[in-house]
Formats: sequence, structure tokens, C-alpha cells
Amino acid sequence: MKKLFIIFFLVTGIVACQKLLPGAPGDDEILDGPIEGLTAEQNLVFLRGDIAFNDDVFTPANGLGPIFVATSCASCHAGDGKGHPFTMLTRFGQTDVTGNQFLHLGGPQLQHRAIPGFQPEQIPAGATFAKFMPPANTGLGLLDAVPDAVLAGLSDENDINGDGISGRPNWLSIPVYAVPRPASVLQNGKYMGRFGKKAAAYDLLQQTANAYNQDIGIASVFEPNDTYSGLPIDPEVSTQIVNDVVFYLKTLKPPVQRNQQDADIQSGRQVFLNTGCGNCHTPQLTTGFSPVAALSNRTFFPYTDMLLHDMGPGLNDGYTEGSAATAEWKTPALWGLGLSKNSQGGQYFLLHDGRARSIEEAITLHAGEGSQSKNNFQQLAPADKARLIKFLESL
Amino acid sequence: MKKIYLFIFFFCWVTSTVTAQVDPSLLRRIPQDTSKPQLNMDAVYNRPFLQAGKLPVALGGYAEANYQYLQQDGVTEGHQFQMRRLTLFVSSSIANRIKFLSEIEFEDGTKEINIEFASVDIEFNPLLNFRGGIVMNPIGAFNQNHDGPKWEFVDRPLSATQMLPATFSNVGFGLYGKQYRKDWVYAYEVYLTNGFDDRVIANGENKTFLPATKENPDRFEESFNGSPLVTGKVALRNNKAGELGLSYMGGVYNKYQEDGLRLDKKRRVNVFAIDFNTTVSKTKTVVNGEWAWVKVDVPDTYSEQFGEKQQGGFIDLVQPVFKKPVFGFEKSVINVALRLEYVDWNKGKFSATGSNIADDIFSLVPAISWRPGAQTVLRLNYRYNWQKDILGNPASKLAGFQFGIATYF
Repeated sequence: MKKLFIIFFLVTGIVACQKLLPGAPGDDEILDGPIEGLTAEQNLVFLRGDIAFNDDVFTPANGLGPIFVATSCASCHAGDGKGHPFTMLTRFGQTDVTGNQFLHLGGPQLQHRAIPGFQPEQIPAGATFAKFMPPANTGLGLLDAVPDAVLAGLSDENDINGDGISGRPNWLSIPVYAVPRPASVLQNGKYMGRFGKKAAAYDLLQQTANAYNQDIGIASVFEPNDTYSGLPIDPEVSTQIVNDVVFYLKTLKPPVQRNQQDADIQSGRQVFLNTGCGNCHTPQLTTGFSPVAALSNRTFFPYTDMLLHDMGPGLNDGYTEGSAATAEWKTPALWGLGLSKNSQGGQYFLLHDGRARSIEEAITLHAGEGSQSKNNFQQLAPADKARLIKFLESL
Repeated sequence: MKKIYLFIFFFCWVTSTVTAQVDPSLLRRIPQDTSKPQLNMDAVYNRPFLQAGKLPVALGGYAEANYQYLQQDGVTEGHQFQMRRLTLFVSSSIANRIKFLSEIEFEDGTKEINIEFASVDIEFNPLLNFRGGIVMNPIGAFNQNHDGPKWEFVDRPLSATQMLPATFSNVGFGLYGKQYRKDWVYAYEVYLTNGFDDRVIANGENKTFLPATKENPDRFEESFNGSPLVTGKVALRNNKAGELGLSYMGGVYNKYQEDGLRLDKKRRVNVFAIDFNTTVSKTKTVVNGEWAWVKVDVPDTYSEQFGEKQQGGFIDLVQPVFKKPVFGFEKSVINVALRLEYVDWNKGKFSATGSNIADDIFSLVPAISWRPGAQTVLRLNYRYNWQKDILGNPASKLAGFQFGIATYF
């Protein structure tokens, strides 16, 4: 009997202790974490990248600035999610697509902060600009591994099918350090961009090296120029760390949809497709071969076509990148949309510059190629609208 | 074989000699001064020292070791055994009314070795004492009164270590004094010392973080900017009501000039603190708390990530519940205790949205402690932290159990 009591108290104690320790949030509640199927070696590289991305902080002693936007990667991507107006980027240039004419004046990105003793950058006279909300980082490896041919197949630059939607890639000259994807599709010697608000970054290495340089003022072997002086300087971040961060970004898991079996959510998905939202926010893509097996030949649900679309005069900020016109924006992936609030301080800051404070407002700000879908949405019965929003919040 | 005999003989001789040297009868404990009410400022000398014979030198120290199992949002580093601190004191009476005390601390094994205190005190008058050397800046109460065995909690208060830079000591000089009037004690301290540096806003924490200054290895050798840090405190104690302290610490933290060239304007850190402790006579409940406000002149061009205002503090409630001999320890006391603590590293609003900046932590620490004697404590703590990032996103939760022992020796 005495032994039974001891066992009872031990078990009760262990259970109580477990209850007193905060458990892990559900996999569908957070964006952080590696994609399933990484090897032990890949997990180690992922962890190194995780530390560099989320824990490394730059100060003047290790290269910050002297002009900068943020002091660490995680400053702009809390929990690997979308940013907040406090970390908004500003990029400046001009209205035509002849290439940024303000690079010699500090373009394309405004470093609006500076270490003590230095003055931050100002937008030069005559330059136009746009504000960019930092995006979520999740599932980028899957988007990176989609073959060019798939995106080319989704493109309808001249709207041959007559649906009013004419998505097209942002055709770019790629940096010398970028390694073209196998079976790249080129147009006039230019490659398809797929990362950034205007799809102006070719791959995650360019995106990462640019972010170190333009956001934090950190030079690397990839982007060796000091943002303040414009002169080449010694690397301030090692190539190994940049590569680790690229691997981390590639292998962050895609957001997991919540309550997929909920009838309203399933019905909302159908409303989403019926209103034509899915014509640009392509629900499903499939990757090609990737050296990372976990990314290879996988079907996933990002709700983007990674193509540029004219979004109308309301979203025309008068700023271009690559071949993207001023009103053209890359279709943002909708996965993770419902978790945006968890990285944006409990509020929504949607669209490229965070101007939309709710999902409904973001939809109603669509114009140009998005006009028909917006009109369809506005004509929906309140219950259907609610189901559509519920579906989007489940992503 | 002969060598072995020789070794055994030598070993026995040495150990018997050593035993003779540590014969407890040769050592005596210096009784702590209980004739007068003690203040937090007295903590450096109000420690159990050992004195050998009539030598004018007394030795002491304390050690803290603990076990912890903490888990943050489902992730744990497992079972951790830690040697948090080993601190050695040496005090000596150089002459009548001239004394010296040093305190050397080894943290986390030998990862950090600090001279926390090394000062000469000269008493001209009870109201006018001179102190010079490495002094403990008297901001709040914990910075001066931080010995592990005095506390029922394994961790030091968050506000004292993660907002204020406890234990913060610097090279400098100052004056202090006390006056006793019936049930009252009045005291003051004021020091000029070396101070903060630009790590306050350039550190690995990605926030305004005063403790980062402690990482400057040169701070006992030279001032970072040539401007002294002023620290002052007034305290009063009533035998019935308890002790109240008001303190201030302020100075320039940035390098505003070098080689005669102007680099920046002078940027200041200002810290105000209030501390209070008392024992409720009816229940014998000990109440001990401290609250501090920090104001830092952060450059306008810098990121809002770095707060201009911070505040935080803690309150400890300690209730003796069992005062009877346990396992033959005549002065054994079992306490239950609770600590509530809070730090806001960035008090303000985002200029872009007008919404509140978070970057704060709230913590709750219930505890049970057993003191076999006044100088030794075994403590079991349960900690639960809720910490929000700068944007106020859902709080990260950390919780777990800590068990530790701390003792003077």
C-alpha cells in the first residue's frame, strides 16, 4: 500500500511538473521551424542559420551601418513573420524601367537610420519611392525550387486568354555570384526574378546578401560595397554565415493551414476560387529537383504565382525595380496570412506597404488586374465574405 | 616499497600539519553588528567574517550553486547544474577608523572574474567617511546588498541584472555618513566614478541595455569618455517602519570627443531608484522591493529598437513558517516566499503607428527555502516568465524549477 502511495505521488508530481512547464505552440500556430525531412547534417546548418538570423545583432563594432535600417535580421522578421511599420523599408528610384538612376546617390534603398555621429540618408531630389513592408520568410525554399517553366506557364503577359489578368515575370540581369537554376527560362538574356515585392531578387542568396548590405549596412564578398561611402570594403560577415542564412531561409517550413476540415473554411476556399482570387494567388505549385531532398518534387500551397501584376493607380507608387512597372507588384503568397498578426504586434499591416489594416481592406484596395476579383468579392453575400475571410485567416 | 612508505609518512605529516593550521579554535567568527539598525549600505561590511587569532585581517566569502530545469515554449536545455558564484572577501583594519575591504567574485566557474569591491574607508566622523577604490555604485538596494545567501531566490532580480547592471562597481571616490536618532537612522552616500560606455546602445541584446557596460574590460583602467558618473543615495530607517532609499546614478555614456575632435553631443544615462524593506512585526513577513527608472539619450537617428525610457523592479515577500530545530540545526527556519518582478526595456510608442512599444517581461517566482542557520540557505524555486518582444507579439513563456544552495563560509 505504501509503495502504491509513493508511485501515485511520483506520477502525480511528474505530471504536475509537466503541466507547469510551457508547452510548444502547435506547428500550425508558428512560422518558425525547419521543413520536415532534413537530415541531421542539414539540421545543423539550419541551426547555424537560425542563430545568425535570429540572434546575431550588429553594432558599430561588428560592422553596423554606419547608415542602416535595422540592427539584425530578426528585427524586421519577428518569428519569421511579416514586419511592422517600424521596420518598413523605403526604396527610391524613378518611374521608368531603364534601371535605377539613383544608385550613385545611395539607391535603391534608403538607410534612414545611422549610428551616432553620422547622418542618415535622405531621398534625393527628383527620386520617386515606395515603402516596403518586410515579408514573412517561410516556405521560401519551396518557392525557390519551382522550375522557371512552371512560372512561364502561368504567365500570360498579353492576356491571350482574355481574363483581364496578364501576369509576367520580372526579367532581370542577375549578379555575378548568382548561379542560374537548371533549365532557366530566359528572355533577351535576362532571368526570372522571384523574391521581393517586385520580384527583383533572383534567388535567396541575392536576397540575403542584399538584405545584409542594404538593411544592416554589412558588406560581404557578394555585396562588397559600403552603403555609406559606396566604396568596396572588407567583408563584415563571413561567406559561411551568409550561406547558412540562405540555407535557413530555404528550409524554413511552409506555414501549416489550420482547421482544414472546417466546413466554413472549405466553403470559403471555394468562394476564393469562384471570385477569381486564385487566378493570381495560384493555390498549388510543385517544385522540381532540389539538392535538398526535403524540397524536391513537392506539391505545396502558397497561393501565389510569383508573377508581376498591374494593381492599378491606387497602388502605383511611381517606383520601378528591374522590368517591373510602377503599378506592378508580385503576387504575395497568402500562406501564413492568418498568422500575420502574431508577428505584427496583434494587428494587420497588409499589402506591400502595410496600408491595409484588415484582409477585407486589402482585397478592396485591389485594382487593375485585380479589379474583377475585387468586384466579385464586393458582390458576395455577407456570409460568403465571412467564409472567404475565415478561409484566408486559416492559411 | 620504500618509496610508498615514505609517501605515506609524508602525506600523514602534511595532513596533520594542515589540520593544525585550520584548527577551528584558532579561528573566530566576527559577530555581526546587531547593536544598531543596519541599512543596505552596510551590507558590504555586514557579513560573517572569520578572523585568525588577533590578526587584523578577516576573511569571508560565499558560494552559490544550483540545479535548474527550465523550458521555453516547449524547448528545454535539459538538466543544468551551475556554479553561479564563488565570492571571496578580505577585510582589514589598517588603523583605528581606517579599514579596507575587497570582494572578488568568480562567476560561472572562472568565466567571469571580477573585483566587485576594493576600497579603503577612512572615518573622519560618523557623518563623514571617505571611501576610495573600486566602489559599488549605490543605485537601488540590490546592487549593494546582493550576497546570494541573503536571498530566498536562486536568480537575482531581473530588474537588477537585466535593466540595472548589478553588480555594478567602478573606480572612484566618495563620501558617506550615517546618523542615529532614537528609532531613526539617516544616511547618505555620494560617489564620483568611471561610468557607462556606448555599449549601452550597441550590444548583443539589441536593446538599450545598461549591463552591457560591464563587458568593457578597460573600465577599471580608464574612463570611456572622461566624464564621471555621479551616484548618490539617501536612506532612512525607522526601527518599526523599515528602510526607504532613494538613489540616483547619472553620467555621459558616449564618446563625444576624441583627440580634441568633437564626435557627437554628450549623451546621458540617468537612473532613479526607490527601495524599501521592512518586517511586518505581527506576522514576521519580510517585504523587500526596489523600482527603478532609466532614461537614456538615444540618438534620434538610431533605431526605436533602443528605448529611451525603461522601468522595472521587484518585490519579495518572505514568510517564515517553521522555526524549530530540524535535523539538529537549532536555528533552522523554513520560509515560503514569492517574488513578483517586471521590466519594461522600452517604454514609449512607435512613431510610425502610435501604438505602445512592448519589449517587457513579467515574472512570478514562488519559493520554499530552508535555512539551517542564518548563513546558509537551501531554496526551491518555481519560475514563470512572460516575455513580449518589441512589437507586443504573443508572449514567449519560460518556466521551470530551480534548486540551489548558497552559503557564507
